[in-house]
Formats: sequence, C-alpha cells, structure tokens
Amino acid sequence: MNGSLLRKIRIIVSLLFLSATTLLFVDIYSSVPVSVSNKILFLQFVPSVLKFITAISLTAAGFIIILVLTILFGRIYCSTICPLGILQDIVNWISNKFRRKKRGKFNFLREQKVLRMVLFIIPILFFVFGSALLLNFLDPYSIYGKIAVNLFRPVVAGSNNLAAFIFEKFKIYAVYPFALKGYSLIPFLITAIFFLIVIVMSWIKGRLYCNTICPVGTLLGYISKISLVKIRINEEECLSCGICAKECKSSCIDTDNKTVDTSRCVVCFDCIPSCPTEGITFSNSWDDLFKVNGKKDEEPDRSKRNFLTSASVYILSLSSLAAQVQKKIVVTKPSTKPVFRNVAVSPPGSFSVERFNAKCTACHLCVNACPTQVLQPSFLEYGFLGMLQPRMDNITGFCNFECKACGDVCPTGAILPSELEKKKLIQIGKAKFVKENCIVNTQKTDCGACSEHCPTKAVHMIPFENNLVIPEVRDDYCIGCGACEYACPTKPYKAIYVEGNKVHLTAKKNLELKKQEEVNTKEDFPF
Amino acid sequence: MNRRNFLKAGLLTGASLSLPGVYGNYFAKSSSTLAENFDMVAVKNGEPEVMFDRGIEQLGGIKTFVKKNQKVLIKPNIGWDVIPERGGNTHPKLVKRIVEHCYQAGAKDVYVFDHTCDDWRRSYASSGIEKAVKEAGGKIVSGDSEGYYQSVTINGAKVLSKAKVHELVLDSDVFINVPILKSHSSTRLTVTMKNMMGAVWDRGYWHQNNLHQCIADYALFKKKPNLNVVDAYYVLKQNGPRGVSKNDVAVMKSMIITTDMVAADSAAAKLFGVEPDSISYIKIADSMGAGKKDLSALNIKRLIL
Repeated sequence: MNGSLLRKIRIIVSLLFLSATTLLFVDIYSSVPVSVSNKILFLQFVPSVLKFITAISLTAAGFIIILVLTILFGRIYCSTICPLGILQDIVNWISNKFRRKKRGKFNFLREQKVLRMVLFIIPILFFVFGSALLLNFLDPYSIYGKIAVNLFRPVVAGSNNLAAFIFEKFKIYAVYPFALKGYSLIPFLITAIFFLIVIVMSWIKGRLYCNTICPVGTLLGYISKISLVKIRINEEECLSCGICAKECKSSCIDTDNKTVDTSRCVVCFDCIPSCPTEGITFSNSWDDLFKVNGKKDEEPDRSKRNFLTSASVYILSLSSLAAQVQKKIVVTKPSTKPVFRNVAVSPPGSFSVERFNAKCTACHLCVNACPTQVLQPSFLEYGFLGMLQPRMDNITGFCNFECKACGDVCPTGAILPSELEKKKLIQIGKAKFVKENCIVNTQKTDCGACSEHCPTKAVHMIPFENNLVIPEVRDDYCIGCGACEYACPTKPYKAIYVEGNKVHLTAKKNLELKKQEEVNTKEDFPF
Repeated sequence: MNRRNFLKAGLLTGASLSLPGVYGNYFAKSSSTLAENFDMVAVKNGEPEVMFDRGIEQLGGIKTFVKKNQKVLIKPNIGWDVIPERGGNTHPKLVKRIVEHCYQAGAKDVYVFDHTCDDWRRSYASSGIEKAVKEAGGKIVSGDSEGYYQSVTINGAKVLSKAKVHELVLDSDVFINVPILKSHSSTRLTVTMKNMMGAVWDRGYWHQNNLHQCIADYALFKKKPNLNVVDAYYVLKQNGPRGVSKNDVAVMKSMIITTDMVAADSAAAKLFGVEPDSISYIKIADSMGAGKKDLSALNIKRLIL
C-alpha cells in the first residue's frame, strides 16, 4: 500500500481524535453532550478496560476493538487515538521546525526490555492490590487529561474571559466570563512536571515515552508482534542506507540487521515514503509466520523475574506506609473552633473512598464536566495513593442536587452513572454543625444560609433565643452535598461542614412534607 | 467604560428616578378611562401573563415606566435549579410577558439576569426563564462573574454602606424587580427587598452582618426598582427558599404590582398569611423610610379575574 497516503490518513485521523478529545477537557461551556463525550472516549484503552471490569457491558468494550485492531494492524491506538501519543508527535513536529537539518534526527535504539516489563507489571499489581495510583501516573490518556484540564483549560478560560471582557464593552453578553474556581497549586505543578517530561522526551527522542514507559504501549507492542500487517523490511530491496531509521520516531528500525522491532513500532508510516527503494513496507506478515517454525522464545530470565518481584513488593510497602500518614484536611484556618475533615468526600457513584481510590486514574474529565467545580484534583486529602484523584471541595462549590454529570462522563467506571432520583439519595457524607462558630449563636442575628441551600432540608432551622432560628442537622436526610458548607458565611471558620462517608450510604427521603391545602383563588384579598 | 462611567450612568438614571412617578400620574390620568392613580395593583385568579396584562393596565400600561429607546433591566428570582412548578423561581411566563411589554413600549434592549445560588447555567435553564426571555427577544446575562459588579455606596445605610452591584442595575434606564413570593428559612419570607440580594456580588456579607438590617439598608440604595411585580402564582409555603418537593407549593395565582418595595413586601406577607410586622426587615425598612408598610394609607386596586 502507498506509504505516504497511509501517513496522511494517519495524520488526519489522529488530529481529529486529538481535537475531539481535547475539546472534552476544556469545554468550559459544557457544550458537548454526554452521549457524544462517551462516544469520543469509547476507544480509550485503560478507561475502557477499567470500566469493563467494573460493569461488564458493551458500552465499555472499546478496548476489545483496540485489541482486534492491534492484532490486525499493530499499534493504531498509539498512532491515531492516544491523545498523549499525538501530542508527542506534535511536539516532535515542532522540534523539527527548530532544526537546521530538516530530516533524520533519530537512530535505532536498543529496547529497554526490563524497564518496559517493570513499568507494565507494577501498575497492574498496584491495581490488583487496590490502588490506581500508577495508572494515574502512567496511563497516557489519564496523563493527557490532567494536562488538558490543569494546563490547557486555564488558557481556554483566560482567552474566553478576555473575549467576554471586550464584548462586555459593547454590551454584548453572549460570551460570558468563566471563573476557574479552587485552582490549587500542587496538582497544577505535578501536571506541569508531567507535561515538561513528555515535551522534553518527545522533543529529543520522539516516542521514547511510548516505547519505554507507557504500559499501554508495552502491552499493545507485544501484541503487535503477531499482527497481521506490519512494517517490515524487504531484505532484497533494502540497501541498509539507514534513512528510514533516521526518520523513525520510535527508534525501532535496525537497518544493519534489516529488522524492525514491531513491539515499539507505532505504525506512523514515516519510514515508508523515506525509503529510496521499496525496502520497507507495510505488509502481511502471517504468510511468514506460518512458514517459520520452531523459533521459540528465549528461556525466561530468572534474575529479571526476581527483580520484578522485589521491586513491586518494595513499592507496594512504600505506598501502604504513605496511606498510614493520610493527612487531615483543614476546612478552615485556625480560630475559635477550627474544623477538621477526617474523611475526604468522594463523588456520588463512587460507592466508597476505597473503591474510588482503586479505580480512578485521575484523568480529570469529571473536573471539567462538573458545573459547580466542586470536584477538584486532590493532593493528599485521600492519602498518597489517591493523589490527584478528584475530591469534593466544598469551599469551592457544592454538589448540584439535580446533576449527575460526573458519573455520566467517567470513562473508567470509578464514578458509576446512576439514575437522578437514586443519586439524590446517595449519602456521600454528613453535615456537622459547629454551634460555636455559627453567626446566629455568636452574633444573635438571623442567618440560615446553610438551610437555604439545603436541597433536602436535612439542615433545618429550629427556634433559638430571641425569636431567632438556628440550624439543626438531621443525618437521615443529609446527602453530604456540601451546599451548607459552601454557603456558610462565617469567617475564617465554617460553622457547618461535611464529614465524608468512607462507604457511601443511602439517605432517607424526606416524607414529613405535608401537602399544601388548595387555595381558593377567588377569595378576597387579605388587605 | 470603567467604574466611573458606570457610576455616572447610575447617578444620571438615579436622578431621573422621580420621572416615572410623574409620567405615571400623567399616563394613568390621560391614557385610560381610569381616573384613579393607584399606588398598588393586586390581581388574583389568572394565569401569570394574563394577571400582568390586566394589572399593568391599571397603572396605564408599561409605557408609564418604559420609554422609547430605553434600556430595561428585569431582575427575576432565578436562584435555584428547579422547575417552575416547584415555586423556587419567578414564573417564566410572567418574565416573558414583561419582556414583551417592554419591547412593545419601544424599549431598545431588555436584559435579564440573576446572581443565582445553584449553578447559574442550570438554574437559567431549569427555571425556563432563559428560554422565555430569548423567545421574547430579550437578552439573558450572566450574574456569575465578579467582573460585572461595581462598587457603590448606600447613603443612609446602618450596616451595608457599600456593596458591589451588577453593572446592568447601574447602567439601565428602567429597573423592573420581579421576585417570587416564598417562605424563607432565614428571613421567614422573601419578596421584593430580599430579591435584591441577587443583584449584588457578596451575599455572604449580608448573612454575616445582621441579615435583616442589610436587606433594609439595600432598599435605600438610590438605584431602586422603578417597578416591582410580585409573582405569587406558585407559592412555596414551607421549606423555602429552595423547597424540597411540590408538596411545599400552594397554587395561589396572585400578583402584586407597585413601585414601593416595602408596600409590596407588606402586602405579600399578608397574602402569604403572616403579619408584615413579624418580618424584621419590613419593619426596619419602613422605619428607615425606604417605603410604607402601612397598606391602609395606600390606594390599592384589587382585581379578581
């Protein structure tokens, strides 16, 4: 097949995927419907696998399609669907613009087999033992999500706000400012470090991340060793001139030995058009496979295995240590009655903090989808193992009663979608009233902002001194949405806050409500 | 455009505040057969848009308040992400009808906004008000950005001497306040004066510093509503201001139209079934001269359709 045509198709398809995926993460106007969002992310490998494990259904079968595609054509996922991979291609393309010598900056590199295996197995072990931390740090889709939400989205919001500012001068209000709330430094910095690493690696070495670090790349790479069609060197045509190897951003073409390391090839097709002869092709390999017989894999390397085991045990014990020192979250600054939250609040549909920590890869798609911005990337609120996973930040916002956007968009199943009426009864935490800080008590004036905002009236007002009313929490009706905490105006401390439920419960429906009597609207006015 | 210009515009429009009253007299007397000059119109037993049509007619039509090429701001209550039947927000049909009236009177632009409690985009949508305003050709504006709010001083205020007010309040020629009558967990009742909390940025300050006094203080602000239309169609009798279910709502099909916020709140309280004097901010506002709570001194037109 025509290599340069394949290359053009690859570039167009990948840019389409990248722009659609990016839009989902920077969509401050919430313009993309959930159904479309789910379709765009359907093929993302790690989220799809995780969702499939959680809720076996066809809606999460995207990864099967990727596996089939890989068996047929190799790492199509890496070249055209993976947003981080495409981002690296763009960085690489830009880096070429800065080079005097336009062509050929790469060389064949040896495979870092041990590193690849370690970085493939350890995230899986982590996951099996209940932590998504390493997937959070290594899954390319989740890394890209973090980059898009924490770095690109502020740029989009800033440009939007500049436009809104200019339009406002002309009394046009259709473009409105979007205030990014609760933006905290540490998740931003961690993401920025990820971004820098990826940029530097791809600037210098092309797809080095994909070929040595990325666990998805390793898995798909080893599967593509047996794929039907692959990039292959035609030994008769090949002149061993090395031009294709210099073009190969995966550094996987060894022209001296006339071999291609398919496990690292991301089928970008850059090599084919560069070949002066027809020495490198994208062609059927199964013919050969059936011809060659008896070529067995090498004996397993014992020392490597031992290293893998000990390394994973070491890292696991480290992380369990970190879980022990889970930090208390300061709700407010120290004052008359400082308030601490012992358990961070996980989003409705995550069932329990533990389950959430085990399933969420911190792609931050929900952070963008959440209309109130109550979902914020965490630092150590969940402990080390839950780093960067979103938590309910009631200082920034509160969970909108009528909304279930996070569960609808979550691609990994860490937050499962629920019927709205069910979601309204999921108790993610319970409100705690701190009378010592309450304005009604300290200033002897009416306030009640907490009860105003309470969607279930779990926080209701009861008689207090001097004809005043003061809040009281009825645990049974409380769903832990945090509206009371958000609205509470006491400074610098809150007089009401939500303590997370480690395991989510079901709240009671408020059935005390008496129905209003019919009003005779023809009666005279009372004045 | 900067803060100073907004303030200037605010001052100018503030200075022209007395005009609607004068025109009101003029139009009420000349344009209809109704010779009386009403201080308040109370309407009952009709759909929101019909009650408004019939009610405003008694005041000489919207043209008493809105002149050609004027810029109008309508401030409904869009506080919550609930549907109209829940009584949490002003009825969309009423808002729509007022926008239409304004354009018929020759208004240049009609803006609608609220500083909501729930997420503003969801509240604008669920309330039906965004759609209603757009259908009538009005412009729906965000109240969610601090950049839209300008610092002002409130003369005569005891506590709330400064506030940040949405630029449209300061910038428009005519300001129509369209609250919904509801029970309220903190202030017992919310009507016209309490609805002004959605015109300012920092509501927390009001809660922190004697809520009732702040509500009354703000009623002294020079940029007062030129007209108040109280929607009492679906009335949240309990669990306000958000409500928990439709069980909280009584269908009262009523409306109060007046230029005096204190009088409006006083009448609305009676309609609701509580004594105006039991609501602190009504008493305070009356004593500070923001308006008259004594309904017996007013010329009220009562209409039962």
